[in-house]
Amino acid sequence: MRVTQGTFSFLPDFTDQQIHEQVQYCIDNGWAVSIEYTDDPHPRNTYWEMWGHPMFDNPDAAAVVYELNECRKVYGSYYIRIIAFDSSPGWESIRLSFIVNRPSEEPGFKLSRTEVKGRNIQYSITPYSNDKPQGSRYK
Amino acid sequence: MENEGQEKESEIVTKVNLKEDFQASGVADILAELDNSLIGLTPVKTRIKETASLLLVDKAREKLGLVNESPTLHMSFSGNPGTGKTTVALKMANLLFRLGYVRKGHLVTVTRDDLVGQYIGHTAPKTKEVLKKAMGGVLFIDEAYYLYRPENERDYGQEAIEILLQVMENNRDDLVVILAGYKDKMDKFFESNPGFRSRIAHHIDFPDYSNNELLEIAEVMVASMNYKFNEESKKAMAEYIKIRKKQPHFANARSIRNAIDRARLRQANRVFNNSEGPIGASFLSQIEDVDIRQSRVFSGGIDK
Repeated sequence: MRVTQGTFSFLPDFTDQQIHEQVQYCIDNGWAVSIEYTDDPHPRNTYWEMWGHPMFDNPDAAAVVYELNECRKVYGSYYIRIIAFDSSPGWESIRLSFIVNRPSEEPGFKLSRTEVKGRNIQYSITPYSNDKPQGSRYK
Repeated sequence: MENEGQEKESEIVTKVNLKEDFQASGVADILAELDNSLIGLTPVKTRIKETASLLLVDKAREKLGLVNESPTLHMSFSGNPGTGKTTVALKMANLLFRLGYVRKGHLVTVTRDDLVGQYIGHTAPKTKEVLKKAMGGVLFIDEAYYLYRPENERDYGQEAIEILLQVMENNRDDLVVILAGYKDKMDKFFESNPGFRSRIAHHIDFPDYSNNELLEIAEVMVASMNYKFNEESKKAMAEYIKIRKKQPHFANARSIRNAIDRARLRQANRVFNNSEGPIGASFLSQIEDVDIRQSRVFSGGIDK
Protein backbone atom coordinates (compact mmCIF):
# COMPACT_ATOMS: atom_id res chain seq x y z
CA MET A 1 0.00 0.00 0.00
CA ARG A 2 1.49 3.25 -1.13
CA VAL A 3 1.84 5.60 1.84
CA THR A 4 0.86 9.15 1.05
CA GLN A 5 1.12 12.23 3.18
CA GLY A 6 1.99 15.89 2.87
CA THR A 7 1.51 18.52 0.25
CA PHE A 8 1.58 16.51 -2.97
CA SER A 9 0.12 13.29 -1.58
CA PHE A 10 -2.25 12.97 -4.53
CA LEU A 11 0.51 13.13 -7.14
CA PRO A 12 2.87 10.42 -8.33
CA ASP A 13 6.40 10.54 -6.93
CA PHE A 14 8.53 13.45 -8.13
CA THR A 15 11.62 13.19 -10.24
CA ASP A 16 14.77 14.92 -8.99
CA GLN A 17 14.14 17.76 -11.40
CA GLN A 18 10.64 18.27 -10.00
CA ILE A 19 11.97 18.09 -6.45
CA HIS A 20 14.56 20.69 -7.41
CA GLU A 21 11.87 23.05 -8.65
CA GLN A 22 9.63 22.63 -5.61
CA VAL A 23 12.57 23.21 -3.27
CA GLN A 24 13.63 26.26 -5.25
CA TYR A 25 10.13 27.66 -4.74
CA CYS A 26 10.52 27.15 -0.98
CA ILE A 27 13.95 28.79 -0.92
CA ASP A 28 12.74 31.74 -2.95
CA ASN A 29 10.03 32.24 -0.34
CA GLY A 30 12.68 32.38 2.37
CA TRP A 31 11.80 29.07 3.98
CA ALA A 32 14.42 26.80 5.52
CA VAL A 33 14.40 23.42 3.84
CA SER A 34 15.41 20.25 5.60
CA ILE A 35 15.50 16.53 4.95
CA GLU A 36 14.04 13.93 7.32
CA TYR A 37 13.83 10.16 7.24
CA THR A 38 12.07 7.39 9.12
CA ASP A 39 11.18 3.72 8.90
CA ASP A 40 7.93 4.14 10.82
CA PRO A 41 5.22 5.19 8.37
CA HIS A 42 2.47 5.55 10.97
CA PRO A 43 0.58 8.76 10.16
CA ARG A 44 0.84 9.93 13.76
CA ASN A 45 4.62 9.64 13.68
CA THR A 46 5.23 13.34 13.10
CA TYR A 47 8.80 13.67 14.31
CA TRP A 48 11.14 12.01 11.84
CA GLU A 49 14.91 11.82 12.14
CA MET A 50 16.76 14.80 10.71
CA TRP A 51 19.37 14.40 8.01
CA GLY A 52 21.91 17.08 8.84
CA HIS A 53 20.86 20.58 9.71
CA PRO A 54 18.06 22.58 8.12
CA MET A 55 19.63 24.37 5.16
CA PHE A 56 19.22 28.02 5.97
CA ASP A 57 21.68 29.76 3.72
CA ASN A 58 21.76 27.89 0.43
CA PRO A 59 20.35 30.08 -2.32
CA ASP A 60 20.06 27.22 -4.77
CA ALA A 61 18.04 24.00 -4.55
CA ALA A 62 20.90 21.94 -5.98
CA ALA A 63 22.32 21.79 -2.45
CA VAL A 64 19.16 20.12 -1.16
CA VAL A 65 19.03 17.63 -4.03
CA TYR A 66 22.70 16.87 -3.38
CA GLU A 67 21.99 16.17 0.31
CA LEU A 68 18.92 14.15 -0.61
CA ASN A 69 21.05 11.88 -2.76
CA GLU A 70 23.56 11.56 0.08
CA CYS A 71 20.68 10.58 2.36
CA ARG A 72 19.40 8.07 -0.19
CA LYS A 73 22.82 6.41 -0.23
CA VAL A 74 22.48 5.67 3.49
CA TYR A 75 18.71 5.35 3.96
CA GLY A 76 17.63 4.37 0.46
CA SER A 77 15.07 1.90 1.81
CA TYR A 78 13.46 4.36 4.24
CA TYR A 79 10.85 7.04 3.87
CA ILE A 80 12.52 10.37 3.21
CA ARG A 81 10.66 13.66 3.11
CA ILE A 82 11.52 17.26 2.50
CA ILE A 83 10.00 19.88 4.73
CA ALA A 84 10.04 23.64 4.38
CA PHE A 85 9.95 25.65 7.56
CA ASP A 86 8.77 29.23 7.66
CA SER A 87 10.04 31.19 10.63
CA SER A 88 8.47 34.52 9.72
CA PRO A 89 5.21 34.20 11.75
CA GLY A 90 7.24 33.63 14.90
CA TRP A 91 5.92 30.16 15.67
CA GLU A 92 6.71 26.74 14.29
CA SER A 93 5.13 26.53 10.91
CA ILE A 94 5.76 23.87 8.32
CA ARG A 95 4.69 25.37 5.03
CA LEU A 96 5.20 22.36 2.87
CA SER A 97 6.22 18.74 3.28
CA PHE A 98 6.43 15.93 0.78
CA ILE A 99 7.77 12.40 0.52
CA VAL A 100 10.72 12.04 -1.84
CA ASN A 101 11.79 8.47 -1.19
CA ARG A 102 9.95 5.33 -0.13
CA PRO A 103 10.75 1.65 0.43
CA SER A 104 10.37 -0.57 -2.60
CA GLU A 105 7.81 -2.65 -0.78
CA GLU A 106 5.22 -1.11 1.52
CA PRO A 107 3.23 -3.78 3.36
CA GLY A 108 0.56 -1.38 4.54
CA PHE A 109 -1.40 -1.11 7.77
CA LYS A 110 -3.24 -3.47 10.02
CA LEU A 111 -6.62 -2.25 11.17
CA SER A 112 -7.78 -3.54 14.55
CA ARG A 113 -11.17 -3.02 16.12
CA THR A 114 -11.65 -3.11 19.86
CA GLU A 115 -15.11 -3.30 21.37
CA VAL A 116 -15.33 -1.02 24.40
CA LYS A 117 -18.04 0.04 26.81
CA GLY A 118 -21.52 0.30 25.32
CA ARG A 119 -20.53 -1.78 22.29
CA ASN A 120 -18.62 1.18 20.89
CA ILE A 121 -15.76 0.37 18.60
CA GLN A 122 -12.27 1.82 18.82
CA TYR A 123 -10.16 1.57 15.71
CA SER A 124 -6.42 1.59 15.56
CA ILE A 125 -3.94 1.09 12.77
CA THR A 126 -0.46 -0.37 12.95
CA PRO A 127 2.00 -0.63 10.08
CA TYR A 128 2.77 -4.29 9.43
CA SER A 129 6.40 -3.38 9.09
CA ASN A 130 6.50 -2.16 12.70
CA ASP A 131 6.50 -5.76 13.93
CA LYS A 132 10.21 -5.72 13.34
CA PRO A 133 12.54 -3.56 15.41
CA GLN A 134 13.61 -0.14 14.20
CA GLY A 135 16.36 -0.29 11.62
CA SER A 136 15.42 -3.70 10.21
CA ARG A 137 11.96 -2.95 8.86
CA TYR A 138 12.77 -2.30 5.23
CA LYS A 139 15.46 -3.85 3.13
CA MET B 1 -6.34 21.95 -27.92
CA GLU B 2 -3.90 19.27 -26.82
CA ASN B 3 -2.69 18.77 -30.34
CA GLU B 4 -1.88 22.43 -30.68
CA GLY B 5 0.40 22.32 -27.67
CA GLN B 6 2.17 19.28 -28.98
CA GLU B 7 2.81 20.85 -32.32
CA LYS B 8 4.40 23.85 -30.73
CA GLU B 9 6.72 21.72 -28.64
CA SER B 10 7.87 19.66 -31.56
CA GLU B 11 8.79 22.75 -33.54
CA ILE B 12 12.52 22.45 -34.17
CA VAL B 13 14.86 25.39 -33.99
CA THR B 14 16.87 25.55 -37.16
CA LYS B 15 18.42 29.01 -36.97
CA VAL B 16 19.87 31.14 -34.24
CA ASN B 17 20.81 34.78 -34.29
CA LEU B 18 24.01 35.23 -32.31
CA LYS B 19 23.79 39.01 -32.26
CA GLU B 20 20.27 38.85 -30.88
CA ASP B 21 21.27 36.30 -28.28
CA PHE B 22 24.18 38.49 -27.33
CA GLN B 23 21.92 41.51 -26.85
CA ALA B 24 19.25 39.56 -25.02
CA SER B 25 21.64 37.95 -22.57
CA GLY B 26 22.90 41.32 -21.33
CA VAL B 27 26.45 40.07 -21.66
CA ALA B 28 27.36 43.17 -23.63
CA ASP B 29 26.64 45.32 -20.57
CA ILE B 30 28.95 43.27 -18.41
CA LEU B 31 31.74 43.26 -20.96
CA ALA B 32 31.42 47.01 -21.38
CA GLU B 33 31.42 47.43 -17.62
CA LEU B 34 34.51 45.25 -17.43
CA ASP B 35 36.20 47.46 -20.00
CA ASN B 36 35.27 50.70 -18.29
CA SER B 37 35.61 49.86 -14.63
CA LEU B 38 38.86 47.94 -14.85
CA ILE B 39 41.98 49.71 -15.96
CA GLY B 40 44.68 47.73 -17.77
CA LEU B 41 44.40 43.93 -17.56
CA THR B 42 44.16 43.67 -21.34
CA PRO B 43 45.05 39.96 -21.51
CA VAL B 44 42.44 39.19 -18.85
CA LYS B 45 39.75 41.11 -20.69
CA THR B 46 40.59 39.38 -23.95
CA ARG B 47 40.41 35.97 -22.32
CA ILE B 48 37.07 36.77 -20.74
CA LYS B 49 35.66 38.01 -24.02
CA GLU B 50 36.86 34.84 -25.72
CA THR B 51 35.30 32.74 -23.01
CA ALA B 52 32.07 34.68 -23.24
CA SER B 53 31.78 34.18 -26.98
CA LEU B 54 32.64 30.50 -26.64
CA LEU B 55 29.87 30.07 -24.10
CA LEU B 56 27.44 32.04 -26.20
CA VAL B 57 28.20 29.91 -29.26
CA ASP B 58 27.91 26.77 -27.14
CA LYS B 59 24.45 27.86 -26.01
CA ALA B 60 23.45 28.49 -29.61
CA ARG B 61 24.78 25.10 -30.68
CA GLU B 62 22.83 23.50 -27.88
CA LYS B 63 19.68 25.15 -29.23
CA LEU B 64 20.31 23.50 -32.57
CA GLY B 65 20.99 20.21 -30.90
CA LEU B 66 24.69 20.14 -31.71
CA VAL B 67 26.11 19.69 -28.21
CA ASN B 68 24.62 18.04 -25.22
CA GLU B 69 27.51 17.95 -22.79
CA SER B 70 27.92 20.99 -20.60
CA PRO B 71 31.35 22.57 -20.88
CA THR B 72 33.81 22.66 -18.01
CA LEU B 73 33.80 26.15 -16.59
CA HIS B 74 36.13 25.85 -13.64
CA MET B 75 38.85 28.49 -13.79
CA SER B 76 42.10 29.46 -12.24
CA PHE B 77 43.14 33.08 -11.78
CA SER B 78 46.81 33.57 -11.08
CA GLY B 79 48.50 36.86 -10.38
CA ASN B 80 50.05 39.02 -7.69
CA PRO B 81 47.94 40.48 -4.89
CA GLY B 82 45.82 43.48 -5.76
CA THR B 83 45.60 42.72 -9.48
CA GLY B 84 41.81 42.47 -9.41
CA LYS B 85 41.23 38.73 -9.20
CA THR B 86 38.27 38.97 -6.82
CA THR B 87 36.75 41.85 -8.75
CA VAL B 88 36.95 39.91 -11.99
CA ALA B 89 35.56 36.78 -10.27
CA LEU B 90 32.53 38.79 -9.21
CA LYS B 91 32.04 39.97 -12.77
CA MET B 92 32.57 36.43 -14.03
CA ALA B 93 29.80 35.15 -11.75
CA ASN B 94 27.48 37.77 -13.17
CA LEU B 95 28.56 36.94 -16.71
CA LEU B 96 27.93 33.22 -16.28
CA PHE B 97 24.56 34.00 -14.78
CA ARG B 98 23.58 36.17 -17.76
CA LEU B 99 24.71 33.45 -20.14
CA GLY B 100 22.63 30.92 -18.25
CA TYR B 101 25.46 28.70 -17.05
CA VAL B 102 24.78 29.24 -13.35
CA ARG B 103 21.31 29.60 -11.93
CA LYS B 104 21.81 32.25 -9.25
CA GLY B 105 25.07 34.00 -10.02
CA HIS B 106 26.22 34.68 -6.48
CA LEU B 107 29.87 34.57 -5.50
CA VAL B 108 31.03 32.75 -2.38
CA THR B 109 34.58 33.71 -1.43
CA VAL B 110 36.48 31.31 0.79
CA THR B 111 40.02 30.56 1.91
CA ARG B 112 41.59 27.46 3.44
CA ASP B 113 40.10 28.20 6.86
CA ASP B 114 36.56 27.93 5.53
CA LEU B 115 37.15 24.54 3.97
CA VAL B 116 39.55 22.68 6.21
CA GLY B 117 38.60 21.58 9.69
CA GLN B 118 40.69 21.37 12.81
CA TYR B 119 40.19 17.76 13.78
CA ILE B 120 39.35 14.43 12.20
CA GLY B 121 35.86 14.36 10.73
CA HIS B 122 35.50 18.13 10.75
CA THR B 123 36.69 18.81 7.22
CA ALA B 124 34.14 16.93 5.14
CA PRO B 125 31.01 18.58 6.60
CA LYS B 126 32.71 21.96 6.54
CA THR B 127 33.71 21.68 2.89
CA LYS B 128 30.32 20.31 1.90
CA GLU B 129 28.59 23.16 3.71
CA VAL B 130 30.58 25.69 1.70
CA LEU B 131 29.98 23.81 -1.55
CA LYS B 132 26.25 23.71 -0.92
CA LYS B 133 26.21 27.41 -0.21
CA ALA B 134 27.98 28.04 -3.52
CA MET B 135 25.70 25.82 -5.59
CA GLY B 136 23.92 27.75 -8.29
CA GLY B 137 26.75 30.26 -8.22
CA VAL B 138 30.50 30.59 -8.20
CA LEU B 139 32.88 29.38 -5.51
CA PHE B 140 36.00 31.53 -5.32
CA ILE B 141 38.88 29.92 -3.44
CA ASP B 142 41.49 32.51 -2.66
CA GLU B 143 45.08 31.33 -2.19
CA ALA B 144 43.99 27.84 -3.15
CA TYR B 145 47.50 26.37 -2.80
CA TYR B 146 47.26 26.54 0.98
CA LEU B 147 44.78 23.68 0.73
CA TYR B 148 47.67 21.38 -0.04
CA ARG B 149 50.42 21.14 2.54
CA PRO B 150 52.87 18.44 1.47
CA GLU B 151 55.11 19.00 4.50
CA ASN B 152 52.39 17.68 6.82
CA GLU B 153 51.09 14.32 5.67
CA ARG B 154 48.29 14.34 8.23
CA ASP B 155 46.99 17.67 7.06
CA TYR B 156 43.24 17.70 6.45
CA GLY B 157 43.60 19.85 3.33
CA GLN B 158 43.89 16.74 1.20
CA GLU B 159 40.44 15.66 2.33
CA ALA B 160 38.96 19.02 1.29
CA ILE B 161 40.68 18.70 -2.10
CA GLU B 162 39.18 15.26 -2.67
CA ILE B 163 35.66 16.44 -1.88
CA LEU B 164 36.15 19.52 -4.05
CA LEU B 165 37.31 17.44 -6.99
CA GLN B 166 34.42 15.05 -6.60
CA VAL B 167 31.81 17.80 -6.54
CA MET B 168 33.54 19.73 -9.35
CA GLU B 169 33.20 16.62 -11.50
CA ASN B 170 29.77 15.32 -10.47
CA ASN B 171 27.92 18.59 -9.96
CA ARG B 172 29.33 20.46 -12.93
CA ASP B 173 25.94 21.95 -13.71
CA ASP B 174 25.49 23.22 -10.19
CA LEU B 175 28.57 25.24 -9.49
CA VAL B 176 31.66 26.81 -10.98
CA VAL B 177 34.89 26.85 -9.01
CA ILE B 178 37.49 29.58 -9.45
CA LEU B 179 40.88 29.05 -7.83
CA ALA B 180 43.07 32.08 -7.28
CA GLY B 181 46.53 32.85 -6.03
CA TYR B 182 50.12 33.80 -6.83
CA LYS B 183 51.32 32.45 -10.13
CA ASP B 184 54.36 30.43 -9.01
CA LYS B 185 52.58 28.89 -6.04
CA MET B 186 49.55 28.02 -8.16
CA ASP B 187 51.79 26.30 -10.70
CA LYS B 188 53.34 24.22 -7.94
CA PHE B 189 49.90 23.42 -6.57
CA PHE B 190 48.69 22.17 -9.95
CA GLU B 191 51.86 20.13 -10.40
CA SER B 192 51.23 18.24 -7.19
CA ASN B 193 47.49 17.96 -7.83
CA PRO B 194 47.14 16.91 -11.46
CA GLY B 195 43.46 16.18 -10.84
CA PHE B 196 42.87 19.88 -10.45
CA ARG B 197 44.79 20.91 -13.53
CA SER B 198 42.77 18.62 -15.80
CA ARG B 199 39.45 19.73 -14.35
CA ILE B 200 40.13 23.38 -14.93
CA ALA B 201 39.50 24.58 -18.43
CA HIS B 202 40.50 28.21 -18.19
CA HIS B 203 43.77 29.43 -16.76
CA ILE B 204 43.91 33.21 -16.71
CA ASP B 205 47.02 35.19 -15.75
CA PHE B 206 46.65 38.61 -14.18
CA PRO B 207 49.63 40.84 -15.04
CA ASP B 208 50.97 43.52 -12.71
CA TYR B 209 49.87 47.08 -13.40
CA SER B 210 52.23 49.58 -14.95
CA ASN B 211 52.94 52.88 -13.17
CA ASN B 212 50.61 54.78 -15.47
CA GLU B 213 47.80 52.30 -14.93
CA LEU B 214 48.25 52.56 -11.18
CA LEU B 215 48.02 56.34 -11.40
CA GLU B 216 44.86 55.99 -13.45
CA ILE B 217 43.46 53.59 -10.85
CA ALA B 218 44.31 56.11 -8.14
CA GLU B 219 42.37 58.78 -9.97
CA VAL B 220 39.34 56.54 -10.42
CA MET B 221 39.44 55.61 -6.74
CA VAL B 222 39.74 59.21 -5.64
CA ALA B 223 36.86 60.21 -7.91
CA SER B 224 34.67 57.39 -6.62
CA MET B 225 35.20 58.70 -3.09
CA ASN B 226 34.28 62.22 -4.23
CA TYR B 227 37.75 63.65 -3.80
CA LYS B 228 39.98 65.14 -6.42
CA PHE B 229 43.65 65.57 -7.22
CA ASN B 230 45.25 68.72 -8.59
CA GLU B 231 48.32 68.85 -10.81
CA GLU B 232 50.81 68.79 -7.93
CA SER B 233 49.11 66.04 -5.98
CA LYS B 234 48.85 63.95 -9.11
CA LYS B 235 52.57 64.35 -9.62
CA ALA B 236 53.16 63.42 -5.99
CA MET B 237 51.02 60.33 -6.43
CA ALA B 238 53.00 59.30 -9.51
CA GLU B 239 56.23 59.63 -7.53
CA TYR B 240 54.71 57.74 -4.63
CA ILE B 241 53.80 54.85 -6.92
CA LYS B 242 57.29 54.74 -8.38
CA ILE B 243 58.94 54.48 -4.96
CA ARG B 244 56.32 52.25 -3.35
CA LYS B 245 56.51 49.74 -6.18
CA LYS B 246 60.14 48.97 -5.39
CA GLN B 247 59.39 48.33 -1.73
CA PRO B 248 58.42 44.93 -0.33
CA HIS B 249 54.78 43.91 0.17
CA PHE B 250 53.59 45.94 -2.76
CA ALA B 251 50.03 44.84 -3.54
CA ASN B 252 49.18 46.76 -6.71
CA ALA B 253 45.75 48.39 -6.54
CA ARG B 254 45.31 47.48 -2.89
CA SER B 255 48.43 49.45 -1.93
CA ILE B 256 47.09 52.39 -3.88
CA ARG B 257 43.80 52.19 -2.05
CA ASN B 258 45.60 52.16 1.30
CA ALA B 259 47.76 55.10 0.26
CA ILE B 260 44.67 57.07 -0.68
CA ASP B 261 42.98 56.21 2.60
CA ARG B 262 45.97 57.55 4.48
CA ALA B 263 46.09 60.65 2.30
CA ARG B 264 42.43 61.27 3.16
CA LEU B 265 43.31 61.01 6.82
CA ARG B 266 46.06 63.61 6.48
CA GLN B 267 43.82 65.79 4.36
CA ALA B 268 41.12 65.72 7.03
CA ASN B 269 43.68 66.67 9.64
CA ARG B 270 45.02 69.51 7.52
CA VAL B 271 41.57 70.83 6.71
CA PHE B 272 40.55 70.68 10.34
CA ASN B 273 43.66 72.45 11.62
CA ASN B 274 43.71 75.17 8.98
CA SER B 275 40.06 75.95 8.64
CA GLU B 276 38.67 79.14 10.04
CA GLY B 277 35.15 80.09 9.25
CA PRO B 278 32.91 78.38 6.67
CA ILE B 279 34.52 76.24 3.94
CA GLY B 280 33.15 74.91 0.68
CA ALA B 281 32.83 71.46 -0.86
CA SER B 282 35.80 71.98 -3.16
CA PHE B 283 38.06 72.66 -0.20
CA LEU B 284 36.81 69.54 1.56
CA SER B 285 37.38 67.29 -1.43
CA GLN B 286 40.77 68.62 -2.56
CA ILE B 287 43.75 66.37 -1.94
CA GLU B 288 46.90 68.51 -1.95
CA ASP B 289 50.36 67.19 -2.68
CA VAL B 290 51.39 67.66 0.98
CA ASP B 291 48.78 65.08 1.95
CA ILE B 292 50.64 62.55 -0.16
CA ARG B 293 54.18 63.72 0.37
CA GLN B 294 53.90 63.35 4.14
CA SER B 295 53.89 59.60 3.60
CA ARG B 296 56.73 57.60 5.13
CA VAL B 297 57.50 56.20 1.71
CA PHE B 298 59.11 59.49 0.68
CA SER B 299 61.49 59.40 3.65
CA GLY B 300 62.59 55.85 2.98
CA GLY B 301 60.07 54.15 5.24
CA ILE B 302 57.42 51.64 4.32
CA ASP B 303 53.73 52.08 4.15
CA LYS B 304 52.09 48.86 5.11
